[in-house]
Amino acid sequence: MLQVDVALRLGSLELEVQLEASPGEIVAVLGPNAAGKTTLLRALAGLVPISQGKVMLDDVVFDDMTRGIHLPPERRPIGVVFQDYLLFPHLTALENVAFGLRARGMSAGDARTRAASWLERLGVGDCAEARPRALSGGQAQRVALARALAIDPRLLLLDEPLAALDASARSEVRRDLKRHLASFAGIRIVITHDPLEAIALADRLVIIERGRVVQTGTAADVTKRPRSRYVADLVGVNLLRGVATAGHVALVGGASLQSADGADGEVFAVIHPRAVALHRARPEGSPRNIWRGRASTLDFQGDRVRVGVEGEMPIIAEVTPAAVRELDLAEGSEVWASVKATEITVYPA
Amino acid sequence: MTRERPPLLVTGLAVIAVAFFVLPIAGLVYRAPWATALDELTRPEALTALRLSLVVSLAATGLSVLFGLPLAWIYARVPFPGRDAVRALTTLPMILPPIVGGVALLFAFGRTGLVGQFLDAGLGLRIAFTTAGAILAAAFVATPFLVLTGEAGLRSMARRYEEAARTLGATRWHVFRRVTLPLIAPALFAGAVLSWARGLGEFGATITFAGNLPGTTQTLPLAVLIALETRPEVAVMLSLLLLAVSLVILIALRDRYLRFS
Repeated sequence: MLQVDVALRLGSLELEVQLEASPGEIVAVLGPNAAGKTTLLRALAGLVPISQGKVMLDDVVFDDMTRGIHLPPERRPIGVVFQDYLLFPHLTALENVAFGLRARGMSAGDARTRAASWLERLGVGDCAEARPRALSGGQAQRVALARALAIDPRLLLLDEPLAALDASARSEVRRDLKRHLASFAGIRIVITHDPLEAIALADRLVIIERGRVVQTGTAADVTKRPRSRYVADLVGVNLLRGVATAGHVALVGGASLQSADGADGEVFAVIHPRAVALHRARPEGSPRNIWRGRASTLDFQGDRVRVGVEGEMPIIAEVTPAAVRELDLAEGSEVWASVKATEITVYPA
Repeated sequence: MTRERPPLLVTGLAVIAVAFFVLPIAGLVYRAPWATALDELTRPEALTALRLSLVVSLAATGLSVLFGLPLAWIYARVPFPGRDAVRALTTLPMILPPIVGGVALLFAFGRTGLVGQFLDAGLGLRIAFTTAGAILAAAFVATPFLVLTGEAGLRSMARRYEEAARTLGATRWHVFRRVTLPLIAPALFAGAVLSWARGLGEFGATITFAGNLPGTTQTLPLAVLIALETRPEVAVMLSLLLLAVSLVILIALRDRYLRFS
C-alpha cells in the first residue's frame, strides 16, 4: 500500500496531494499542463524534497517530515520511466538495463545476463548492443521500462510514457505498454495529460489541478460525475455548480435550473451538450429550463456542431449541421436554449 | 545571385592581419637549420629541457584536473554566496601577466613568503626554485582553463541523466563516475589539453618563481631564451617543436574551438 500525503512549493506551484494506491493497482495521475503531476512523481522518487507530509510504501518510510526522514532516491525501491526515457547516451541498451543492477553491487557478468533477459522479455533483445541514439521511440521506451523493472522495484513510476512518441507509433506502443504493465506485480503510477492514455492504462484515475487532487475514481465514475471544469471539458459536458433545493438549483452566477434529480445542498449539475436544444424563438411546451442567449462560437466537428451560447446561462450545445442551417445560425445569432429537467444530472459537490 | 564583393579596405586589412600571423612562422621555418635539425633537437641541453618540460606540464595538468575538476563541479552545481567573486579570483591567472603570477607565488610560497616560511621552518620544504616550483607555476596559470571548460561541460550536460541514475540505485559517487564523467569527458579532455598547452608554454611565472636552472626548472620556453643568445639554431628548432605541438592541439580540438558556423 502506497500512502502519500505531501505538500511542497516549487516556483509558483503549490503542491498538496493525498493519494493511496493498493498493491497491484495501476493509477493514472491525470491533469492539465503545469498541474504538478511531474513534480508529484519527482517527489515520490525523492528527486524533489517535500516540505511537509509523509510518503510510505508498506513499511518503508520514503519521507516523513515530522521525523526528518528523507530517503535519497537510490534507497527507494522504485523504478522510474522518464518522459524522454533518459537512456544514458554513452551506454548500449544492455548496459543501460544493467546499470541499476551494477549500481546495486551485482557482478558485471550476472548483470549482463539479467539485463539481456529483461530486454528479451520486453521484445527488444536484438537492440542489446545498440546505443540509445539508434533506437526508435518505441524501442527506447521498452529499454527504459526494462531498465526500471530490472532492479525489481515495488513501485513503478511512469512520466508521460507515450508523450515522446509520434502519433502513428502511439497506439501500438500503448497496447504493448499495457501488456507489460500488467505483468508487473507492484504498484504502478502513470503520469499523463492524455485522458485516453489514462483510461487505457489505468484502473483508477487521480485528477490533479493546480497542485490539488480534484477527483479520484474509475474512468466511468470520473466521466459520469465530473467535479471540475477540466474533467468536464475532457469529457465534453457542461459542468455547473450551485445550491439545490428539492431539484431547483440556484447556480453560481445567478441563473437557475430545474432537475428531476432531487438533491439538496451544494451540487454539481451536468448537462450533456446533446441535451441542449436550440431555437430562434422562445419554445412553447414542456421544457422547464429555457434561457435566452447569443451564439458566440460555432465549432464544426464532422457531423456535429458545438455551439457556444453566451448569456445569463453560458452553455455549450451540440447540434447537427442540418439544424444550424435550419435555424440559420451564425456567430452572434440570438438563440433560445432549452434543456429538459430529466436531462440534467445533479450530484453533491 | 552573385555574392556582393567585400569592401576593399576590409579585405586589405584582413590580409595584413593574416600576414602578421603567418610571417613570424615563415621566419622560423626559413631560419630553421633543416640539415642539422635532428642534431640540434637532440643536444643534451635541448633534451634535458624537453624532458623537464614534459614532466612539469604533465604534472601541472594532473594537478589542474585533481583540484580543478572538483572546483568546476562546485561552481556548476553548488550555488553559494560570492560564487562569482571566487570564480573571478580563480580565473584571474588566465589574464594576469604571468610575471605578476610569479612574483605573487614567490611572496606566498617563497622561503620568506606567507606560507613558504612555515613550509621551510616547519617541514623543511622549499618550493621556489625547484622543479616543484616550476610545476606550481605552470599549474597556477593552467588550471583556470580546465576549470572553465569543465564547468561549461558540467553546466551543459543534462542533469536529468544523473537523476535517472539515482533512481536506479546509484549513489552520488557512482553517478559521478559512471554517468557524469563519461558525459563530460569531451569537455574534460579539451580542458586538460588546453591546460597542458598553457603549462607547456609557461615562461614568466616560471622564471620568476622557479628560476632558470638547467635540469631543474629550465623548461623549453626558458631554454629557448637562453639558446637564442648562445645557439640560435637550437632556439629555432625548439620553437618549431613548440609550434608543432600547438598546431597538433589546435587540430585535435578543432571541432570544439574552431567551428563557429
